[in-house]
Amino acid sequence: MIAPKVIVQSDDFDQSAETRKLTRGRTDIGAVATFTGLCRSEDHSLTALELEHYPGMAEAEIERSASEACQRWPIDGMTVIHRYGVIRPGEQIVLVIATSRHRDAAFDGARYVMDFLKTNAPFWKKEHRADGTPGDWVDAKESDEAAKKRWD
Amino acid sequence: MTKNGAKVHYFSWIRERVGMGEETVNLPDSVETVSQMLQWMQGRNDQFAAALEFPDIIRVALDQQHVEHDQRLDSPREIALFPPMTGG
Repeated sequence: MIAPKVIVQSDDFDQSAETRKLTRGRTDIGAVATFTGLCRSEDHSLTALELEHYPGMAEAEIERSASEACQRWPIDGMTVIHRYGVIRPGEQIVLVIATSRHRDAAFDGARYVMDFLKTNAPFWKKEHRADGTPGDWVDAKESDEAAKKRWD
Repeated sequence: MTKNGAKVHYFSWIRERVGMGEETVNLPDSVETVSQMLQWMQGRNDQFAAALEFPDIIRVALDQQHVEHDQRLDSPREIALFPPMTGG
């Protein structure tokens, strides 16, 4: 089983550069699935999302999900990057890349990591509002809990 | 006093309501489970009472591991209280 690469950082990331790191020099990989999560403006009502995290535990929880995915499917390479700090609409928040010989493992592995990361990795989003009023903390969604259950 | 001197971290709106990100807490010996700890913390002052008004939704980690409210405390070095997570 491969060891996934997990990074929690404030800096932006380069999806194609990260993909190249996983595929360079390889001739056995037939599938690369990438998921990139972006910040939305919610119809221009937000100027930014501020992401708070629990250093140490955030990395550990993502690593746990990523390792579980690598055990469950024949995954040849996995990179997960999650940002924290102030992120503006259109900017990138999270990246998951899974590579495999065939597409099913790559798709499923990437989706599994996202579904568990959403509800288990200690990150919280606070809204920065365009009208200057104090922003709320984003509420957790029932649908995210349900998404995790699909893998039971 | 195995439970004494645990570092407690607060995140998101719990951090805002209690007015600090972390502190060192000496828990009384009578506090044996996560749920008893939340109840005890609620009684500390008005800020904690407001932050922990609905204890059922509070998530707790002991030494950076998610735990249920019926979990025994034993002697964690680090405790964290936070709302449901909204990353990704």
